[in-house]
Amino acid sequence: MVHIVDLEETLAHHPFAQGMDPEALRTITGCASNAVYHPGEYIFRDGDPADNFYLIRHGLVALEIHVPQGPPIVVETLEAGDIFGWSWLLPPYRWSNDARASDQVRLLKLDGACLRGKMENDRSLGYEIYKRFVPIMARRLAGNRMRIVELATEPAVHSRQKG
Amino acid sequence: MVPVPFRIAKVIREIPGVYTWHLKSLDGKPFVYRPGQFNMVYQFGVGEIPVSISGDCREPDTLVHTIRAVGPVTNAMQQLRAGAVVGIRGPFGRPWPIDEVVGSDLIFVTSTIGLAPLRGLIHEVLHRREDFGKVVVCYGTRGIDDIMYEADLHRWRARFDMHVHLTVHSAPSGYRGRVGGVVAAIRAAQVDWPSAQAFVCRSETLTRQAVDTLAGLGVTKDRVWVTLERNMQCAIGLCGHCQIGPTFVCKDGPVYRYDQIEPLYSVREF
Repeated sequence: MVHIVDLEETLAHHPFAQGMDPEALRTITGCASNAVYHPGEYIFRDGDPADNFYLIRHGLVALEIHVPQGPPIVVETLEAGDIFGWSWLLPPYRWSNDARASDQVRLLKLDGACLRGKMENDRSLGYEIYKRFVPIMARRLAGNRMRIVELATEPAVHSRQKG
Repeated sequence: MVPVPFRIAKVIREIPGVYTWHLKSLDGKPFVYRPGQFNMVYQFGVGEIPVSISGDCREPDTLVHTIRAVGPVTNAMQQLRAGAVVGIRGPFGRPWPIDEVVGSDLIFVTSTIGLAPLRGLIHEVLHRREDFGKVVVCYGTRGIDDIMYEADLHRWRARFDMHVHLTVHSAPSGYRGRVGGVVAAIRAAQVDWPSAQAFVCRSETLTRQAVDTLAGLGVTKDRVWVTLERNMQCAIGLCGHCQIGPTFVCKDGPVYRYDQIEPLYSVREF
């Protein structure tokens, strides 16, 4: 017999939703859908409207920065259990980087535009969401500060100089 | 205290500004040391610097040092070719406590040239592989062209009895590996966190970040081992150049258990 896992159960098992109030979980599930991206496929692109956020169930997602007159640079990869996309929370609701599937990626896609409306009307739902996003934002900010320290204190190498 | 002459048998350019010497003693005597110890390396007429030993201690006929060119002495040393003779004093310092961690899962956390002081320990752990649980190396570097000891990392990754998690700060689009800080590599490791022993070799600011991450996963600070770099001159605890608070790094270190020196990490200007 095939066991069909419903969205609420899938969402409940993701670290993002751990300990979430059941009512909030049900509301969020109403804004969720499954999504699959193939290797190399863009999930979103810099400048596009940011109306979603994503929970990674499987695979590796590359966050890329577009470099004028050059190829994009991967600045971070995220994997199963991670969450990405918070531009849906902040005006002007536009992505500030690209996200691309590094391999076959399975995601839970959350409709941020839908959630924004619900959060306006239900502040406790907004608190649940922010309580989960803020630590992730803080951790990534701290991590990036440390990367600046590392880049400033460790030897620089240009690929053409190797050898 | 008198430097013993060693001939450079081979020079390996690891990445720009970082080179590895394979040295042979002129008298042919084996050089006996333990992983984690360091030598004072002397370029005659130029100066002397402390350098950790990066080779396999079971191959005492070859002494291996990896050096980063950052100052007048190390820049001058970078010009030396195979056949040149340098002076060696050592080995000095406290080695990695390999016998104290028998039976545990081991996680090595390091970045760029920080792999040099750990390399000998990893070699020794692999010689005694049956003595330990899981063995995981978490290595971070700036980009895909800055990977130290790349051949070792490939060899280690190919083994069925250890794991290597590598991360880079940035990569060209289409790169399929992990991109981010070493913390991401630590989180990817799967060891028994409540009993694992961690060996961390990074700059001191970044050591704290790694220790905090490990603590969040369940590695208490009495199971974290670090190695310190200081201005070592006499290397036998007499001159005081490497003194930090109550400890002389050349004599009491360079390897420490983190909880025993943690307060020193938060003292500014040390």
